[in-house]
Amino acid sequence: MILKGKAHLVGDHIDTDAILPSRFMVTTDRRELGTHCMEGLEPGWGQRIRPGDFIVAGRNFGCGSSREHAPQALLGAGVSAVFAESFARIFYRNGFNMGLPLFQLPPGAREAIGEGDELEIDVQSGIMTDLTSLQTISCNAIPPFMLNILSSGGLVEYVKKQTRR
Amino acid sequence: MKHTLAEKLLLANLVDAKDGAGIAPGRIVRCFVSMTLAEDLTAPLGIKAFREMGANRVFDRDKVALICDHFTPNKDVASAEQVKSIREFAKQMGITHYFEGGNCGVEHVILPELGLVGPGDLVIGADSHTCTYGALCAFATGVGSTDFAAAMVLGETWFKVPESCKVEFTGRLAPHLGGKDLILETLRRLGVSGALYMALEFCGEPIDALDVEQRMTMANMAVEGGAKVGLFASDRKTVEYAKAHGRNTAWEIHPDPDAAYAQTLRIDVSDMSPRVARPHLPDNVVGVEELADVRVDQVFLGSCTNGRISDLRVAAELLRGRKVADGVRFMVLPGSARIYGQAMREGLLEVFLQAGAVIGPPSCGPCVGGHLGILASGEKCLSTSNRNFRGRMGSLRSEVYLAGPAVAAATAVTGRITHPADL
Ligand code: SF4
Repeated sequence: MILKGKAHLVGDHIDTDAILPSRFMVTTDRRELGTHCMEGLEPGWGQRIRPGDFIVAGRNFGCGSSREHAPQALLGAGVSAVFAESFARIFYRNGFNMGLPLFQLPPGAREAIGEGDELEIDVQSGIMTDLTSLQTISCNAIPPFMLNILSSGGLVEYVKKQTRR
Repeated sequence: MKHTLAEKLLLANLVDAKDGAGIAPGRIVRCFVSMTLAEDLTAPLGIKAFREMGANRVFDRDKVALICDHFTPNKDVASAEQVKSIREFAKQMGITHYFEGGNCGVEHVILPELGLVGPGDLVIGADSHTCTYGALCAFATGVGSTDFAAAMVLGETWFKVPESCKVEFTGRLAPHLGGKDLILETLRRLGVSGALYMALEFCGEPIDALDVEQRMTMANMAVEGGAKVGLFASDRKTVEYAKAHGRNTAWEIHPDPDAAYAQTLRIDVSDMSPRVARPHLPDNVVGVEELADVRVDQVFLGSCTNGRISDLRVAAELLRGRKVADGVRFMVLPGSARIYGQAMREGLLEVFLQAGAVIGPPSCGPCVGGHLGILASGEKCLSTSNRNFRGRMGSLRSEVYLAGPAVAAATAVTGRITHPADL
C-alpha cells in the first residue's frame, strides 16, 4: 500500500493532552474528535490537515495518557500516517490497533523534511520518498505481527478473525 | 537462564508454554490476563470495540473492572450519558467489579485496596497509570480501549518482551521525603523518554525500607519515563499487604541475581532535598529550595499517585494547628471511600477542614483538568499527581508543579513552594 500527502511538522514530546484535550473526550465519534485534533497544541491547528496528510514529529510522540481518542482524532482529521523519531509505547500500540500506520524515522531524517513537503510511503517496506526534496528515507519496517493487525483493518477486525476460527 | 522481574512475570502468565523457551527482549509473547480494567473516559470506546468484535459475553465476569472515577459525580450531561452506558454494559455482562458512587475511588487506589490485583498477576488497563500495580510485583501496563476490548473477549493479550533498566538506590532518605521524591529524581535522570518501551526495576535499601503505598507512588509514574512497567520485587511487605487486602495467594518474587539489564541507574539518596517537577514535563525536576519564590493559587492533595492514607497522614501532620494561606485553594481528595472513612476516624479530615481545605469526593478530580478544581489562565498549582503537561489541569496558560504530600502541605500553609522543614 502506498500513501501520499503533505508533511505537517511538530516538535518533541507531543502528548495526548496536546493531540486531544480530555475535555473533548465526551464522544467516541471519530469525525467529531477530528475537529478538535491538536487543539491542545494550538487552537485551530487541525484545520490545516487535508485528507491523506502526514504528521512528522520528533521524539516520544503521543506520550501521556492511554486515550485512543488521540489516534482517533488524528484519523478523524484525515491524517493517514505519522512519522516520528520515536513514539510513546501505548500510543504506538493504539495507532496500529486503530489502523493508523506509524513510522519511526532514522536519526537525522526529520531535519531533512520541510513543512509542507509532499511525501510518499510504502507501508510494507517503510521506504519513504520526499517528493519535494527528492530524497529517500528508510523508516523501520513494521514488525510482521503488527502489520498483520494493520492489514486486517485494525484490532477489531483482527479479533473477529480470531474468534471466528 | 537468568531472568529479570519482567521476564519472570511474563513467563508465569504465558498462554503457550512454547513461547517461554529462550525468552528474551524483543520476542512477542501471548499472556493470560488476571484482570483487565477501564475507566469512564476509556470504557465507552472499549465497549464500542467489544460490540464491533461481535462479542456478546466477557471471558470472565470476575476479571473485568469498570471504574467511573474521572468525571464523576457526573459533571455534565455528556459524561452522565457515558457513565450510564458503562453501567448498563456492566449489568448486561454481569460484571462483578463495577464502581460508581459510594463504592468508588480512584481506580489505581481501589484495585490494590480490594485485593483485585496482587503479586504475580498480569494486568492490562485502558488507563496509562495501570503500571501502579508494579509496586505489588504485578506485570501491569496501560493499553488503549481496543486492547482492553480484545482482552475482555479473548482473556489474553500480547507483549513484546521489554528490556529492563535497573534503578538501584543507596543511602538513607532524609525526613519529609518519600516515594514521590525518589521517582521524581529517577525521572530527572532518565528524562520523559529515557525508559521508552522498557521495564524499570527498582531496588536497593531505601526501597526495602519503603512501605507498599510509597512504592505505588513510584510505580505509578514509571509511565512518565516512557516505561512499560515499573516493578518492585515481591518481598515480605508485599505479601503482608496482599494478605491484609484479601489475597489468599501471594508469594515472594525476586529477580535472578545475575539477570541481564540493558541499563543500570544508581542513585544515592543521602543529602537529597524534596524534589519538585516544574512545568510542563515531569522530568523538569529540581530541589524544592530552588523554587522558594514561586507563589501558587491552588494545592491539590490526592490522585492515584498520592491519594492514599499514608499521604493524607503526612500532610495532616504538617497542617495540624496551621492555616492555609490567604488566597490559596487547598483541595484534598482522598483516593477511595475506605480512605475517606479512615481519615475521618483518625481525625485527619478535621485537621484539613480546620486548616481551610476543600475536601472533595474520592475521584480523580482536578488531576485531569476536566472536573472539580480547574485552573484559570495565569494560575499556578502545586499538585501531588503525576502529570504537569501544558493545560493538563485547565487553561493552556496555567502552570502545574508536582511534588509529594509534605511539600504540598507546607506550600498550602505559606502560599509559596516550601520545604516542609521550613514551616
Ligand atoms: S488520578 Fe489522575 S492520573 Fe490517576 S487515574 Fe485519575 S486522572 Fe489518571
